[in-house]
Amino acid sequence: METTEESIEQLATREYKYGWETILESDTFPPGLNETVVRGISAKKNEPEWMLEFRLKAFRAWQDMAEPTWHNLQIEPIDYQAVSYYSAPKAKPQLASLDEVDPEVLATFAKLGIPLEEQKMLANVAVDAVFDSVSVATTFRAKLGEMGVIFCSFSEAVKDHPELIRQYLGSVVPYTDNFFATLNSAVFSDGSFVYIPKGVKCPMELSTYFRINAKNTGQFERTLIVADEGSHVSYLEGCTAPMRDEHQLHAAVVELVALDRATIKYSTIQNWYPGDKNGKGGIYNFVTKRGKAMTDAKITWTQVETGSAITWKYPSCILQGDNSVGEFYSVATTNNRQQADTGTKMIHIGKNTRSTIVSKGISAGKGQNTYRGAVKIGKNAHGARNYSQCDSLLIGDKCGAHTFPYLEIKNTSSIVEHEASTSKIGEDQIFYCQQRGIATEDAVNMIVSGFCKEVFRELPMEFAVEAQKLLSISLEGSVG
Amino acid sequence: MLLEIKDLCVSAEDKDILKSLNLSVNAGEVHAIMGPNGSGKSTLARALSGHPGYAVTGGSITYNGKDLLDMAPEERACEGVFMAFQYPVEIPGVNNAYFLKAALNAVRKHRGEQELDAVEFMTLIREKASLLEMDQSMLHRAVNEGFSGGEKKRNEIFQMAVLEPKLAVLDETDSGLDIDALRVVANGVNALRSPDRAIVVVTHYQRLLDYIVPDFVHVLSGGRIVRSGGKELALELEEKGYGWIDAVAGAGA
Ligand SMILES: Nc1ncnc2c1ncn2[C@@H]1O[C@H](COP(=O)(O)OP(=O)(O)OP(=O)(O)O)[C@@H](O)[C@H]1O
Ligand SMILES: [Mg+2]
Repeated sequence: METTEESIEQLATREYKYGWETILESDTFPPGLNETVVRGISAKKNEPEWMLEFRLKAFRAWQDMAEPTWHNLQIEPIDYQAVSYYSAPKAKPQLASLDEVDPEVLATFAKLGIPLEEQKMLANVAVDAVFDSVSVATTFRAKLGEMGVIFCSFSEAVKDHPELIRQYLGSVVPYTDNFFATLNSAVFSDGSFVYIPKGVKCPMELSTYFRINAKNTGQFERTLIVADEGSHVSYLEGCTAPMRDEHQLHAAVVELVALDRATIKYSTIQNWYPGDKNGKGGIYNFVTKRGKAMTDAKITWTQVETGSAITWKYPSCILQGDNSVGEFYSVATTNNRQQADTGTKMIHIGKNTRSTIVSKGISAGKGQNTYRGAVKIGKNAHGARNYSQCDSLLIGDKCGAHTFPYLEIKNTSSIVEHEASTSKIGEDQIFYCQQRGIATEDAVNMIVSGFCKEVFRELPMEFAVEAQKLLSISLEGSVG
Repeated sequence: MLLEIKDLCVSAEDKDILKSLNLSVNAGEVHAIMGPNGSGKSTLARALSGHPGYAVTGGSITYNGKDLLDMAPEERACEGVFMAFQYPVEIPGVNNAYFLKAALNAVRKHRGEQELDAVEFMTLIREKASLLEMDQSMLHRAVNEGFSGGEKKRNEIFQMAVLEPKLAVLDETDSGLDIDALRVVANGVNALRSPDRAIVVVTHYQRLLDYIVPDFVHVLSGGRIVRSGGKELALELEEKGYGWIDAVAGAGA
């Protein structure tokens, strides 16, 4: 508490054009990033001193860092001082009824099968709290609590489970890791924390739906999952709400810790607003996701990336323990002006470590899709094996697919296989479907789903259906 | 009359391929179209099914009383036009049975019939697969992916048997089939002969016509039908070759 007051005092003397009181009251910090803001965020959240220290160390490191430029993305310069780092509901006009909402948005909701009440919420229509997510979460939590499973927001975890957070926060993605992860470490707003105790098989899929939504929050989330020895967990992250806005920055960090013999399956469906057909608006999505697998542990990343104007994301595995396994299954689509530079890094440290990479890139419109994957096999990783398969599908002739595999092998007893292909949805394939009575859009969906099959089958059932729907929405109008 | 093609002109990439072609087909009939390589047989099949790469620059096609040229390819298919491709394409990752179910239900929906449920559909396709002596495992492989040349052709006729079209155009379905497979596939086609269905077979060989006996044989050369006759015309061609036709046609022109 003292910390809070201290920082408020410090804040009162800073050089902002808005008074600190205004800041506290408004729930939205004015644009700009400096130490005062970092302290302010921490104060807002009533964080303990160690948490503030972590943020400050990160912030100081970030000030000396530069944005990465090695990617294959064309990004308009981002003015980090023009971003607000603590944002509660942005004052958007509240709409009286769904009739006032952009029909295009409603059509998308309908296709996604989002219930009406939730549609209203997402579209920022004033509704009563019908959608009672809090009580849902609580019922869940009671059941999970019986087994010792912790599933809560990151902020709660900082308060209620400080020993776990202090032990594992930054243990996989250090606060100095990279420009965006470091920025996140300084300013993260909230996120999720999961702990699965020894030997426990989590009885249900845990899921978080991030919606960069009417509230404009959650742009710097942080997720930490710790699976203790011999435990299992499957975690789903969905970002399914479209959004109409100017470019927005989203820089998240996900850390996975799979202790001996633990299994973590992390699935993502990312559908942030991609911007319009001309590249106006859309999310800039810079995400650092990494897992560390100890002896006999297994981490599986599955992602379906259909949204965002820019996607910069490389879910990776550090295969630390002997016999540990890392898997990466990815579908990334880029339509219109979307750009994705995504892939994975498999770092083999332990003996007999194995990794599998299956990447499916789909480009349509003027979309640019880059796969960037690194496989590193350390000198002690005897018997390590990697299999990579990297396929690109082009729809039309204005889009592009690029593949950059990097290999670093320091051990001669390891086996690395890489396969890559690029194909075009042929006019002839579509015509073949049409000749059997199948309409063009259905034909494209069918062909694309066939292409993504190996990834979709890694997703939990209900997610696979949703992923397929999203894919067809994101590619809508890409042919004829 | 089920199909009436009048003065049809078709070009692809600025090349005139069909030049004022005429052909009439009644329901219940089987027509064979023969002719040298590059004469335009596949082009005729593509024009009938509405391939976007082939432009109709003149003439008309009336099908079942409607203007066929006015319809999108999938609409033609739903109206009962089927083409067995000379070179069937592969669709990786798409299950054969799933593909066919989507096709059949699209056609049924167009006809105002109820979509088949999974059980009804599987019963139907198992029956048709055994008609064509097709291994059941083929049903669950990806469409044509890794199929042998002969298996692809058989799969085309299997699809036709399931979709039960009104007008089927079989483009060199016999090429690539071994002797036994030819008999099986021909039997499959014959089983579909019916008074309200017409079949147009494009072939180079009398052998197929021994099994699927045509009512009419046409010779396509240089983008038009240069000679029509009964089934004996095919035998005559086999004996004398196309040079004979060209000489006659040339003399007549
Ligand atoms: N898309 C195209 N672009 C350019 N030329 C084409 C195209 N399609 C067909 N042609 C040409 O038109 C002519 C007729 O081709 P088509 O495939 O109809 O012949 P065919 O009678 O089926 O021959 P075959 O007996 O060898 O199958 C050929 O000269 C061919 O090269
Ligand atoms: Mg041909």
